[in-house]
Formats: sequence, structure tokens, C-alpha cells
Amino acid sequence: MSELTLTVMRLGFLAVLWLFVIVAVQVIRSDLFGTRVTQRAAGRREAQTRPPQQRQQAAQAAQGRQQQNNNNRARRGAPTKLVVSEGSLAGTTVALQGQTITLGRAHDSTIVLDDDYASSRHARIYPDRDGNWIVEDLGSTNGTFMDRNRLTTPTPIPLGAPIRIGKTVIELRK
Amino acid sequence: MSVVTNTTTITSVGAPSRRNTELALLLFAVLIPVFAYANVGLATTDELPSGMLGYGLGLAALAGVAHLTVRKFAPYADPLLLPLVTLLNGMGLVFIWRLDQSPRLHQRAEALFGSFSPDTPKQLLYSAVGVALFVAVLVFLKDHRILQRYTYISMVVALILLILPMFFPAVNGAKIWISIPGVGTIQPGEFAKIIIAVFFSGYLMVKRDALALASRRFMGLYLPRGRDLGPILVIWGLSILILVFETDLGTSLLFFGLFVVMLYVATERTSWIVFGLLMSAVGAVGVATFEPHVQERVDAWLDPFAAFKDGTSDQVAQALMSFGSGGILGTGLGQGNSDLIGFAANSDFILATVGEELGLAGLMAFLLVYGLIVERGVRTALAARDPFGKLLAIGLSGAFALQVFVVAGGVMGLIPLTGMTMPFVAAGGSSVIANWALVGILLRISDTARRPAPAPTSPDAEPTQVVRVQ
Repeated sequence: MSELTLTVMRLGFLAVLWLFVIVAVQVIRSDLFGTRVTQRAAGRREAQTRPPQQRQQAAQAAQGRQQQNNNNRARRGAPTKLVVSEGSLAGTTVALQGQTITLGRAHDSTIVLDDDYASSRHARIYPDRDGNWIVEDLGSTNGTFMDRNRLTTPTPIPLGAPIRIGKTVIELRK
Repeated sequence: MSVVTNTTTITSVGAPSRRNTELALLLFAVLIPVFAYANVGLATTDELPSGMLGYGLGLAALAGVAHLTVRKFAPYADPLLLPLVTLLNGMGLVFIWRLDQSPRLHQRAEALFGSFSPDTPKQLLYSAVGVALFVAVLVFLKDHRILQRYTYISMVVALILLILPMFFPAVNGAKIWISIPGVGTIQPGEFAKIIIAVFFSGYLMVKRDALALASRRFMGLYLPRGRDLGPILVIWGLSILILVFETDLGTSLLFFGLFVVMLYVATERTSWIVFGLLMSAVGAVGVATFEPHVQERVDAWLDPFAAFKDGTSDQVAQALMSFGSGGILGTGLGQGNSDLIGFAANSDFILATVGEELGLAGLMAFLLVYGLIVERGVRTALAARDPFGKLLAIGLSGAFALQVFVVAGGVMGLIPLTGMTMPFVAAGGSSVIANWALVGILLRISDTARRPAPAPTSPDAEPTQVVRVQ
């Protein structure tokens, strides 16, 4: 066997060995798991230039939740988002994806209200079996109001009806 | 009014199964040793070796069986461990075969024992037994938490395995083998390593709060209470006893080191590491002053070339010369002279052959592969959800890492030489079999840790939404 062939084989073997190590490290890189944080809106500028609806759809698509999104779309007239229209959180939107939304001053609420008149667990909004959205007061001190009526029982929310909690007003929109 | 909404959604992402990645890497890991095998044959005899197909197919069959078992019984297990281990085992077979071809070792064996018997077929057989044990672990150990029930039984078994070699005659100065008539010699320390990791994890899981919280702060260190020092003193005493009666630094260092590592991981107290290092230094120096076998090893470590000239111990010097002649890129497979090491060339000192024939570049790749195995083990420990599984995964990968360090350090002259073997690469039945079982347990823990959580059933189990408003 010629010297040249042996040298080529020697270096070739080292190259193959290192290639294996590099491929293994690449596998580790693509193998990260744990929790994924999806940022819905990147910042101020984007928030102004892109309509909220479009942002949400992009985020939902990125999350791979297209299925539920389609289900929501399938029912005409069903609300797709919750919008805070007054109060310190005004402008916040939360996509309605069939999950329960809790409101209150507690840190684990979906919408954390920074409002002196809100209780720590003030109210929740959830879909019933038919997909209608229901608001329920969770025994708050100062009450949850729809139009001008204080809620005492879980009540279905009509599209666009203002729900008032302290100084905050939220409504459901398409 | 400026309005910025910043809504983040946090969803948990389960690891995908990754079995096909494993298969592709496994194929790669089988082809590399086959290439190396052809390389050795072409370099030594100018033709492709005749046994190439046999060994290649043998290795591929072992890898295939292991892969199918993982696919069936641990579908979410780590995709990297099996290919890495297969590569090491295959390369080990190639290096052992390469040393079997050496005329110097043939002459030496004929002069000493009257005949030469190749080690490669034996090693392939041991690898097969190892894979069988690996399959058995995955099939029968459905949940690693079952091992938790045997905490104190495993302590007794590990102690018996550690003490047993004291009653057998010393082989080459160290008493780490037991011989069973008809079966051959076994190195029980390799198996004790796994069993004692089970004991340590079960024990520390229960006791860690007492060891971590009841302590006083002194000069930035948390000093444990005197009575909490009990366990570490007992293990230390045992390691010293092993060192004195079995005259084996490796086993002793492995067990004490493993306990310190697990103690540190369980309690998060740096003081245990300080104590451990002090105690092992005191113990090693103390024993080295009166135990002649240990002293000889230490002398050979301090000045290997003086020991080479005296003729007391030429192995370390020969190994260093092998590394030197290999240089950066090595002499090429089958073209080195590492067979000059003579005794234990294909077991304890196989790393010298790697270093000579593949050079620094190849040796680093080997050490990286070992490092990746340890990394996957630690990653498994991070992902595991139960404390016992966490500690066991750390213990097993810590034992593996310590063993690699003790052997590689000994061969390279970093620490005194010990009687342990390089996992998977070195010739030796106990080591290969025990390490396959170790990897089996790691894969079982990793499968449990990476298995996706069951689908949410209640509406409240939807992803947590964090709404941040500025």
C-alpha cells in the first residue's frame, strides 16, 4: 500500500470521526426541549403598524393551534378576542381559544388588573359547552357589571357588551 | 396614549421521539469502525482483513437489536447515547484486533504463557452479553423508581461485591478480581459502581434535607454538623480500606468521588466538595506512605522515566512515548508501536494506542464522545422529574465520568496509574457488560423524563397565558 494512500486514509478517518462528533452535537442542538415562549408582539412599532387581528393569527399559526382557530372561525358571529377598552390596560387583546380567562389582581390571572377596585380573583370568562362565552363574578368586593347591572350569576356575554370591573372595561369582539 | 401589548404564551414542548435520528447515527457509528478495520488491514497486510464482514455484521447486529429494543420499550429515550456507545464499542473492537495482530505481543504471550489467544472474539462475545443485559434492563425495568425499593439491599450487595476480591489472590499486585471456576475472572467493582449509585440516590433522596439545611456558616462555607459527617466518614473509611487491602487506587477513588459528587448534587453545598478533596488527599497520601504497591504506582507517576530505567514499571513511560510518537495527527491505524507497552496494552493502556495511531486529533474526538455520553446523562438528570431519577442519572453519569478521568489521567500521567479500564473501549468482560447495563438504566430514566405529558383533559389545563402590559 503506497504511502500516499495510507496518509489519505489516516486523515480521512480522522475527518470521519470528527464528522460523527459534529453530527452528534448538531443532534443535541436540535434536541432542546422544555418550554417555548411565543412572543405575540415584538414592540411598539410593530404594534402600531400591524392590525392586532393579523398579529394574533400569525402567533396562533406559529403556535400550531390552527385547529382550534379554524373551529372558532367555523361558527359565524363567535367572538375571537377579548379587548380591554378602558382602564390602565386599555388596548390589550387576548385571543379567545377556548380557554378560561381569569381577571384579578392575583399574579397568576390571565389578565392581571392593576386596579384598586378589583379583587385578587375578581371574575372569570369561560366558554360553555356550546361555545358561548360566559362571565362569572368570583365573589368580588366591588362587583362585576355588565352595562349597569351588577352580575350575580354566570351570564352569557353578547358581542360588544361592556363588562366593567373597577375602572377597567372589557368587551368581546369578533 | 401609547399602547403596547406584549402577550406571551408559554406552552410546554415535549421532546420528539427521535428514533429515526438514532437509527441514522447508529448506521454512521457502525460504519466508522468498519472503515477503521479496513484501514488497519490495508496498513498492516496490504489487503482487506478477512474477518471484516464478520465483525462488521456482528457489530451491526448488536446495534440493530439494541435499537429495536429501544424503539419498542423506551421510544422517547435519548437519541444520542446508543450511537455514541456503539461507536466506542466498535472502535474498541478494532483497536483490540489491531493489537492482536501485533507480532511483538504474540512473541510476548508465547514466551509467558506458551500460546497466544486473540482477545477480539472474546470481546465481541462480551459485547453481545452486554447488549443482552442492556435489552434485559430495558425490557424488565419498566420504571427506574422500582430500584428505589432496593436502597438498602443494594448497599449490602455493593459492599459484598467490593469486599469479595480481598479474599482472592492478588493479580498483578491489585486485588480487584474474583475468579469463579469455569466462568473466569470477574471485576466486581464494575458492577458495584451501578449498584452503589442506586444506594446513594435512595439514601440521599431521604437524607438530603438534613445534610443540606442543618449547617452553620463559617468563612463562606456551610459547615455540616458533626453528626451529619457520619455517612461521608463511613464511605471514606471504606475507600481507605479498599485502598489498603485491595491496593487499588481506581476503585477507591471512584467510590469516594461518586459519593462526594452525589452529595454535592443532592445538597447544593460546596463545602462537601472541599471536605471530599481534603479527605481523599489525606487518605491517598497516608496510604501511599506505607503500602508498597501504591507507593510503586506513585513513584512511577512522579518520575516515569526513572521507573523505566530501573525496570520497575515501564508502562507509563511507554504510554507517554506512544502519545509523543503519535503527535497531532497520529501515525495512522495499524502503524504505531504502542504494542511495546506489552502488558495490558489492550486493556488499561488502550488509550495509548488511540493516542499514537490517531494522534491528538483522534484522542480528543474520543474524549469528546465520552464527554457527550456524560452530557446526555446529566441532561437526563436535569429533565427527570423525580428526585430519585435525578440523583441516579447524575450518579451513573458521574461514575462513568470519574472512571474515564481516572483511566485517561493514569495513562497520560496526570494522576497515579490505577487498575481500571476505559469503558467500552478496553478489553475486559466485566467493564463492557456493566457499562452496557449502565447505559440501559440511563436510557430508561431518559425515556421517563422525555415522555410527553398526557393530553390535558380539563379546560383549565390550557397553556398559561402571561399578559404583560407597559
